[in-house]
This record gives sequence, C-alpha cells and structure tokens, in this order.
Amino acid sequence: MNFFRQVDIDWMGKAKYFFGLSLVLLLIGGASWVLKGGLRYGIDFKGGTLVYVRFAQAPPIDQIRSGLAGQGLGESSIQRISDIANPNANEVVIGLEQKGQGGEALDAGKAAILKALHATFGAGEASKPDWNAVGAPALVEYLVRRDPLALGPTAGDRYTQLARRLTDFRDKDRNGLVTNFDELKKVEGVGDSVIATLRDAYSLGNFAIRNVEIVGPKVGAQLRRQAIFVTLYALAGMLVYIAFRFEWVYGAAAVLAVFHDVLITLGFFSLLNFDISLTVIAALLTLVGYSMNDTIVIFDRIRENNRLMRREPFSIIVNRSINQTLSRTILTSGLTFLTVLVLFLMGGQVLRSFSFALVVGIVVGTYSSFGIAAPLVVAWNHWRGQGAAAGSGSAAGNKTRTGEAASRGLAAAGRR
Amino acid sequence: MNPNLKWKVLFVLSVILLCFYGLAGLPDFPTSWAQARGNFSRRIKLGLDLQGGTHLILQVQVQEAVGLHTDQTVDRLTTQLRDKNVRYDEIRKVDDTHILVRNLAPEQSSAFRDLIGELFSEWDISPAPGETSGYTLTMRPTTVAGIQKQTLDQSEETIRRRIDQLGLTEPTIQQHGRGENEILVQLPGEGDPARAKGVIQAGGQLELRRVADTVPYPSEAAALAAHSGVLPQGTELVRGKIDPGQGGQPGAESWYVLDRTPIVTGRDLRSAVANRSTENIGFYEVHFNLSTEAARRFGPFTEQNIGRPMAIVLEHRVQSAPVIQSRIDDSGRITGRFGQQEANDLALVLRAGALPASIKYLEERTVGPSLGADSIRHGLQASMVSLIVVMLFMVMYYRNSGVNAVVALILNLIILLAALAYFGAVLTLPGIAGVILTIGMGVDSNVLIFERIREELRAGKASVSAVDAGFKRAFLTIIDTHVTTVVSAAFLGVFGTGPVRGFAVTLVIGLLSNLFTAIYVSRVIFDWHLGRMERQAELSI
Repeated sequence: MNFFRQVDIDWMGKAKYFFGLSLVLLLIGGASWVLKGGLRYGIDFKGGTLVYVRFAQAPPIDQIRSGLAGQGLGESSIQRISDIANPNANEVVIGLEQKGQGGEALDAGKAAILKALHATFGAGEASKPDWNAVGAPALVEYLVRRDPLALGPTAGDRYTQLARRLTDFRDKDRNGLVTNFDELKKVEGVGDSVIATLRDAYSLGNFAIRNVEIVGPKVGAQLRRQAIFVTLYALAGMLVYIAFRFEWVYGAAAVLAVFHDVLITLGFFSLLNFDISLTVIAALLTLVGYSMNDTIVIFDRIRENNRLMRREPFSIIVNRSINQTLSRTILTSGLTFLTVLVLFLMGGQVLRSFSFALVVGIVVGTYSSFGIAAPLVVAWNHWRGQGAAAGSGSAAGNKTRTGEAASRGLAAAGRR
Repeated sequence: MNPNLKWKVLFVLSVILLCFYGLAGLPDFPTSWAQARGNFSRRIKLGLDLQGGTHLILQVQVQEAVGLHTDQTVDRLTTQLRDKNVRYDEIRKVDDTHILVRNLAPEQSSAFRDLIGELFSEWDISPAPGETSGYTLTMRPTTVAGIQKQTLDQSEETIRRRIDQLGLTEPTIQQHGRGENEILVQLPGEGDPARAKGVIQAGGQLELRRVADTVPYPSEAAALAAHSGVLPQGTELVRGKIDPGQGGQPGAESWYVLDRTPIVTGRDLRSAVANRSTENIGFYEVHFNLSTEAARRFGPFTEQNIGRPMAIVLEHRVQSAPVIQSRIDDSGRITGRFGQQEANDLALVLRAGALPASIKYLEERTVGPSLGADSIRHGLQASMVSLIVVMLFMVMYYRNSGVNAVVALILNLIILLAALAYFGAVLTLPGIAGVILTIGMGVDSNVLIFERIREELRAGKASVSAVDAGFKRAFLTIIDTHVTTVVSAAFLGVFGTGPVRGFAVTLVIGLLSNLFTAIYVSRVIFDWHLGRMERQAELSI
C-alpha cells in the first residue's frame, strides 16, 4: 500500500497562507485568553480543593448546590463528568478555590464539602463511618476484632482475604459504590453474620468519594513558576542541540515553531475551558519534543538535499524535502494522533486534559514543521541572500538607523 | 546463515529472555503460571494514583529551630557573663539569627570577645551600629544551614517512625523538592488522611524512667503475679520493644514495671550522638546532653541509682533499659553492646522523639481505591486499542516488513516493562500514557526507515542494498529526533514530581529501547529475511 507516491506541492509558495492561518489561530487563542482573564489553572497551580463524588443515580446537581450553600460553600463549582467510554458515570467534581494563606485551613474546605454531602445524601447515621470510604487494612482490623465467623485469634489471614474480596467487589464490580449491605451477599464467604457486623459499625450513603485533592496556594505559585522554567529550559536545550547539529537559524526556526505550537495549544485550552494541570505541562513538554521531532526530520532532508542540489534555489530544495518526507510525516503523525485520540476517548477523567493537549498539539506540531519552521528558514535565507546581493552594508545600515531612532526617542522622553 | 548474523540473532534472543526473566522470574523462578503472574505484579510497582492511597506534602518550619537555638544561646550567654562578672545593659534576641548585647563595659570587651570565640564559636561578632559599646552576634550561615538540615532530617525520621506505627504496607516518607524543607508522605491503601495526619502531628514522647523491678517479665500476667496482682503505688506496667526474633520465631515479649513519673523527658534533651566506645573496643555507645535544668534533677537521681537499670521509654514502649554506671549530670552515655548501626539508631530515636519544629501541610491528595482500579482499566484498554490499531495499520501498509515493525514494537514494550521493573520505577497513570505514546512515537523510527527503503527501491536499487542504504540514511535522523525528545523528557524527569516524573521515566526508557529495537532488531530481522530470499525476489514493503 502507498498513499503518496509522487507529490509535488509548492509548500513555500503557500507560506503566506500558513503564516496567516497561524496568526488567526494565535489571535483567537489570545483573544479568548484576554477576554476570560487569563488561563484556567487547575488546583495544582492556583491551590484549592477538588472532591470527586460518584452517585448511585444521575447526580442531582441542584440538590448538591443547595446542600453546599447550606454549609456556606455557595461559591464552589460543580462540574459533571461524562465520558464517551462511560457515558453514565454519574460523577461530579466539586471544586473550591483556596482562600487566604492559612495552612491550618487546608482541609477545612474538604471537611465542609463532606459534611454537606453527608447531610444531604447520607444514610442519616453520621456517627458511623462511610463503608464506601473504608480501606482494606482498616476493614481487616475491624473484622479480626469482631470475629463474625468465630474463627478465633489466629484467623487473620482468612479475614485479610475476606476484606480484600469485599473491597474488590466494591471497587471493581461496583465502581466504588455499594448502596445496600445486602448486595455484599454476592461476595464469596459473606454471610448474614458478616453483614450484620458491618452494619454495626458502618453506614452506607448514596454516594462515594472517589478522589480528593487539596493543594495549598503557596505550592501552586511555586509549581507554576517551575513549570514555566522547565518548558523554557527544555526549549533552550533543544535550541543548543539543533544549533550544534545544523545551523543556528535552523535551531531558532524550530524553537519558534515549537513555541508557536505551545501558544496555540494553550489558546485551545482557554477557548474550550480546559483546566491547566501539572499533567498538562507534561503533555506540553511531550508536544515540544514531538513537534521538534517532526521539524528535524524535514531539516535533515533539507541538509541532505542541499548537498545534492547545489544549483537549485533554496525554496525548491525545501519544497522537495517536505514532499519527500510527506509520506512519513502523515503516517507517523496519523498513527501518533490515533493513539492519543484513543487515550482522549478512553483514558478516563484523570487523563482528559493531558490527552486533549496532545490531540491538539500533535496536529499543530505536525503542521508547524512544514508551515512555520521550514518557511522561516527559507525567509531567513531569502533575506540574507538579498542582503548579500545588495551589499552587506544595507543590513548594518538598517541596524544603525533603528538604533538612532531609539536613542532619539529616549532623549525626547528624558527632556519631557 | 551468515555467522555474524547468527550471533546477532542470539544476542537479540538473549535480551528477550533476560527481559522475561526480569519480569516474571524473580525473586523465585516460577514453576506455575500463577507464580509468574505473582512475580510480575510484585516487580511492577503501581503508583498511588493506580492503587489508591494518601499523598501528603508537608513543610517543616525549620526557622523555628534556628530561633530556638538563638533563644538558648541568649540563656547560655547570660549565665556565662554572670559567672565571669561581665557587665552589660541588655542581651536581646533581635531576630532568628541575631543577638544584640548593649553597653558592655568597655574594659571588659576583650574578655567578652574571648568568651565568644571560645564557647560560642558558631557566632560572628561585630560592633552594633548606633551603639557606643554594643555588639551584634550573627549566627554563621553554615550553622544556620546545619540546624535547618538537622531539623529537616529529624522531622523526617520522627514522621517515619510514627507512620511505621500505623502498620501500613510500604509507606514512603522522604524529603521532597529543592530546598523548601518539604517532606513527602505517601501511604498506599490508606483512604483516610485524617488518621495519618493525627499520628504525624502527635507530640514525640521520650521519657527516662526509674525501673522498679530490675528484671523484665515475659508477659503481663507474670508481672502481675510477681506482685500478687497489685503493682506498687506510683508504678505502671510498660511493654518493651519487641525484638525481631530469630529463625522465623516470633520475638520474645518483655514487660517492665516502671515509675509513673519520668525523671527526664524528650524536652530536656539537648542532643544525642553515637560514638565509638572507649571501653568495649569495637562497640558503640550513645552520648547525650541534657539541658541545665534537667541536669539538676538528673544528677542526684543517677547517683542514688547506680547499678540499677533506667528505662528509655519512647511512645509508651520501653526502648531499652541500660544500667546506670555513674552519676550523670548534664551529659551521659548509654552503653551496651551496640553495633554502629544500632547506636546510630538509638541516638536518632533519642533525638527524633519529638518533632523539632512545627509542620504545615501544603498538599493533600487522596485517591480512592475504586478510582485507581478505574484508571488501570482505562489505561489498559487505551493501550490495547492503540497497540492493535498501530499494528494492524503497519501490517496493512508495509506487508511483511510491517510484521517486522510489529515484532520490533512488541519487543520495545517488553524491554520498557522490564526496565521499569529493573529500576524499581513506579508505574503511574501518566506513566501508562507514556507507554501509549511510546507505541505511537516508536513506530516513527520504523516508518522513517521503511520510507527510505522504498525510496531506494524506487530509485532502482536491489533489495539488499536498498535496505542497507535505508538504515544508513535514516540513522542520523533517528538519533536527532530521539535526542530532542529525550532532552524534553529529561527536563520533566528532573523538575517534575510524582506522576509527571513517572511519565518522563517511561517515555525516556521507551525511546531508548526504541533505538535498539527499531535500528538493531529490525535490521537483524531484515538481514535474516534477505538471506533466505531469492537474489532477484522483491522485498515485501
């Protein structure tokens, strides 16, 4: 099978459309960025509390909202999670922004959210812990202490296995939510005595806490700074490597193109209201590496063709290089895009924004290799070629002129 | 077969065998399928996000310990100046690292300087600005850093010992971050952070107590029986540290009858260090220092009790009960036939009794076990679907050579898993995403090579030379692309934490092993295939 045998596309002739398209994308992203008052940071970066709750039925959003308002948490956000692989997830995320700097109040928000949930949806036995939240070790301890099967003091192993079967049933078969103790009879080795024992100490509500994340505001700011630095360091590292392997123009063009990819991806995040979390930074850095990959494959070909076709104009060489590698570009990007798409559709809630960054990033990253990076190198060569033809003095003259203008401007400002 | 090729095939096969052995053959060679599976799940460690549990990041307020040292120095200095009859108006702590001494009698300034140089050498002395005869003492930066480091280390150790009391499986307690004095606590399987937080924040209780009965009892009942059921007034029964036992036998229990009120508590301890013993050559002992106030109580007590044991009680357990050798005032030593490790541990326990500074929680994440199970299922599904899609496509597009790529891809994943197991890396959900990305980016190398071979074939080359040229030409490109991706992933690995690092690690290992599979293994398969082909036959690509 072969998709692209002899392609002959004048990519460089279309460079101005590519630049136009990128400009439009950047402007749209930038506009959304500005209009929405900055990027939407997840709690990793701004601090706050997230509680993931699963309900037995469709989550009653209004009831949750009024329950939260009853605890003075009117400002919390409630977001439904729906998933293509799992459309009836019945899950919501309750989010609360961290206010103030107090470290002792770190889990106050969580406590209030849990209180509101128990008050609204609990089984009315506030004194007993929620069985859906109990871990296997605690369960073993309790069962050994109560010994519902009358096995004597040496039955630790039996109860360990029983507790594991019980929690496995809850976590794997029931997705973490058991609403009635009688359901547990389906578990091997569980009889009335065990269920009665569990009923004594635990309660069951209509919901289960799946995940709690609390990040202090100080950590958030620190992580945000770190993330920006890591991205810049990675870009600088690549610039050095490519400058070393090729010429510095190639390095600069590649880094500019990759920077453009990151900005456009962030623009899409703003546009479609995705949160930026720590894993998104990981995705952005992967995208940096991936887009760089793509660009290098084309640059490598340009370098090779440059030696073979000395007589041809540079833009023809670049066109041919892109065309020669086009088949590989489409194949690899297509396959990587497919894997990332699968991840986006099936990878679950936790990886949602991570895989979204990659889905957008791989498309943009592939496009930028031939649409931005290669034309930038051609434009530079063109400009330098003209400069050389008109005498190297013109470029230097340009520089002096802007320099003079700047100093004149400064002087004017000083006089005022 | 070409003998050179034979060795290459053998090499590849032994790498595969080694990977399988690393994944399923350790620690015991499996004799059944279930055992191999058990080995596998033991070798691949799951991150907290996949198995559920609690993740806490807390910050030790190390500056408190620095401030405390300054407070103590002000106390000691006051005493010393009084003893030496040096006159001054005021000694005052300015801030955590500065002390101001005002209006020192000018004729005594050299005596003062000598005193500082002799007994307070960790302080720099300089004339105080705006004072006629005042001095500012500044704690040396190395001392500050030393106190901060010691405080952080002690906190980590204290927290570790406390978490160990919870009896959880494989908790992680380690220093975290770069110079922010943070400690990371990970508790797999613990769904309720409140319990762990309660234990971490409890006060550290070290007590030195008088032992009422010189010998310990093997059980509670025996101790009570020795006193015909009623313990002497003012005493209580305290359980001893269980010794680990020998040869798989459970260790013997021990119970002590101790005075209720301690003579000295952890608060009174100034320091404790392990030292080589001067009497028992080859053994170690622990030297400790008490505060001046405690020494006033401890001296007379030890004098009266020479030859009797004194119990070191930690968190309501008797750690050891050494015999008092002589009167101990502000310093003393705990002797015994301690090995170096043992003595270090004891010193550490003594120091680590109480948290040396307060802590602040910065981050708390709890992953419910059901979410972890969900994440594993999602991750596996997504990896399987991606793998199948990519494999199908490669075989359809490149025919027999596609099969070659599929073999290389599967080997790539096996090496990746084996390397994760070998390095003890933790598989997180982003780590699984890294595996999936390796699938997508891994075939890139194959695609690059195959497209080159196709070009060479189109240019009219014979199969053998086309394959040769294809590999040769694509080689540099592959190196360049891999280096840039590894650079970005390495930055993530160095700076990132937790799940993000897991992602970077899998991606880097995946890409490195891809170099081997896509360039070396693929080439070996091609050579083997070409060697069996008719000379003029066409390559299926």
